[in-house]
Amino acid sequence: MGRILLIVTAVITIILLAVGTMTATRSTENTGTPEGAVRTMFDDVVVHNWQGAYDMVSNKNQVDLQNFIRDIAGSNGDLRTFSTLSSVTPKVLRASDSDALVRTDLEWSTAVGAIYGTKDLKTVKDGSGWRVEWPVEQQAKVPPQVIPVTFLRWDIVTRGNDDDWGAQNVDAPRVRIISMNAVPHDGGTSILGEIVNEDTVPGFVAVEGSLEGNNGKTIGEESSFDKISHVLLPKEVSPFRIDFPNVKLSAIKNVRMQPTSLLVPASADPTIGVLNQRLDTDANGRKVLRGELVNESGQTVNIPHVLATFYDNSGKVIWVSDGYVDRALLPQTPQSFTLGLAPEIASKVQTYRVTVNTYSINRNNES
Amino acid sequence: MRRIIQIILTVAVCWFAADVARAADVSAPAHAVAGSDISLPTSGSGSATLYLFGPGTAMKKDVQLGSEIPLSLEYSGRYAAIVNGQQVTFDVAPAPVSEVAFLARPSRVPAATKDVITGTVFLFDKDRNLVTIPTPVKFDLSVDGGQPQSQTIQSKNGVAWIKLDSGRKAGPAQFVAAAGDASVRRVVQETASDPCNLRMHVQQTKDGVAVETDRVRDCAGNPVPDGTIVTFTATSPKGRDTVDARIKKGVAKAELPALQNATLSVASGVVVGNEIHVGGGM
Repeated sequence: MGRILLIVTAVITIILLAVGTMTATRSTENTGTPEGAVRTMFDDVVVHNWQGAYDMVSNKNQVDLQNFIRDIAGSNGDLRTFSTLSSVTPKVLRASDSDALVRTDLEWSTAVGAIYGTKDLKTVKDGSGWRVEWPVEQQAKVPPQVIPVTFLRWDIVTRGNDDDWGAQNVDAPRVRIISMNAVPHDGGTSILGEIVNEDTVPGFVAVEGSLEGNNGKTIGEESSFDKISHVLLPKEVSPFRIDFPNVKLSAIKNVRMQPTSLLVPASADPTIGVLNQRLDTDANGRKVLRGELVNESGQTVNIPHVLATFYDNSGKVIWVSDGYVDRALLPQTPQSFTLGLAPEIASKVQTYRVTVNTYSINRNNES
Repeated sequence: MRRIIQIILTVAVCWFAADVARAADVSAPAHAVAGSDISLPTSGSGSATLYLFGPGTAMKKDVQLGSEIPLSLEYSGRYAAIVNGQQVTFDVAPAPVSEVAFLARPSRVPAATKDVITGTVFLFDKDRNLVTIPTPVKFDLSVDGGQPQSQTIQSKNGVAWIKLDSGRKAGPAQFVAAAGDASVRRVVQETASDPCNLRMHVQQTKDGVAVETDRVRDCAGNPVPDGTIVTFTATSPKGRDTVDARIKKGVAKAELPALQNATLSVASGVVVGNEIHVGGGM
């Protein structure tokens, strides 16, 4: 009797293990609804089960596995390759017996904060379950070519230890704040403006702000962090924004700004064109600034960072917005971007200016 | 009794006279210069000890009275010499200028700007004493092909300084300060100022519009250096296109997409250039 019980227990254990293994990668599989199909696919993406996610694709004849992975997981050292999918919120917009449109809000965790995206995914009924028709993004292929670049860069020779004490060093570039404004923002205050490199050499620029209260005491000190283009080439203008989350605008008596600059080696390339900029409304009804970035150089820009300055009808800076694009900028290939804009700001915007910071893995110490 | 007093007084006077005859006398040197041989004249006879105190100096020396004491002092300033309890003070002047410490600021200035270059000179002799004697210092500032500037300033307390305008011509300015036989050269880079009369022209291409500036120069005619940012903006009913182009070989150029009823503008820093309307609808 004891031996039979042992065998039965072993068999049950093996069966449970097999069932557990089979269901481990699809713990939430529910392909019986369009919403469930989308969620199932992205659940596989979260655990990097690319084959599992690809199995949910209905149009495999148009998208192969490698392109699908590149599309979702990123490529060319772009920001997506350093991201993790952290949240998926599918919502069915319309559905019939054979197909449905599912709006999917995605949140990616990245090194520079959360990045949000929305995809309208078509799902189709396939037998007893639903499958996702993965949108095929046809990226324009640039033909093989040589792009001539007059490689312009600045190098620095500083004074040596054996120079006499009167020998001058090379000075840091002259920078100047050309406009400034303080606005309330999310219960705090933001100081925004623009800074220009007036010199003929590049500089690493930062802006620090210090707020004084009614009694003359300092009530806040912050820096522009990444809401600025830090490397400014000669005559380049960058917006900056300094957020003071816990300081009410009414409590501020005085604002002290401290622009600092350092002379740094830099490269004048790449040149990024910002095309088709327009204020628009996104699928969720929010005001956004859209456009396309075009890398006019011949080298890939891995992580583009877009900064937008918004002006009112008197030319005053009323907001500075920024966002990272999670796709690399390949040479001569347009890449779209979208920046959110608060409705109360959007109603006052008369004009705007977009600049782009670039980060390239293969180019150290360069802009 | 009177005779005894007379003898005692005579002995006392002789004693005093003998003592006075043995007393040493030390005097200040007539003209003492640092780094040169100095002599301290003494009078009297016999041997004595000299104590000498001054800047960076404390000395004890056995000397023979009645002769000159030879000294060599490196540091200029006020000294005190004591011989047999008698003190004399004297000044040691710095030697003539043999070294110039020259601070030229800044290292880079825009051309044709008033009072932007400062030069400060500290004068030293061969032992690095500050030469406080008023000395003429000649400042020369020149750029190849530009108008040279030259001024002579009398130093005061060892320092001479000057403020100069930058020249109209850009380039590495040679800034030279000379005093006596010593001179030092510094280089101040005179750079082009803001672009002046910024103008662009447009050419239709197969894929869109090519915009290119004329040669970008400042108001003094100096070419604005390569790498300077020039922003081209196209505003049309479709939206706005901007390209931050870099000046290369004196001009900035960019490619914009095909434009319809668009206004093109160009700017560099805070300087705005011309506007061009393209694509009809004028």
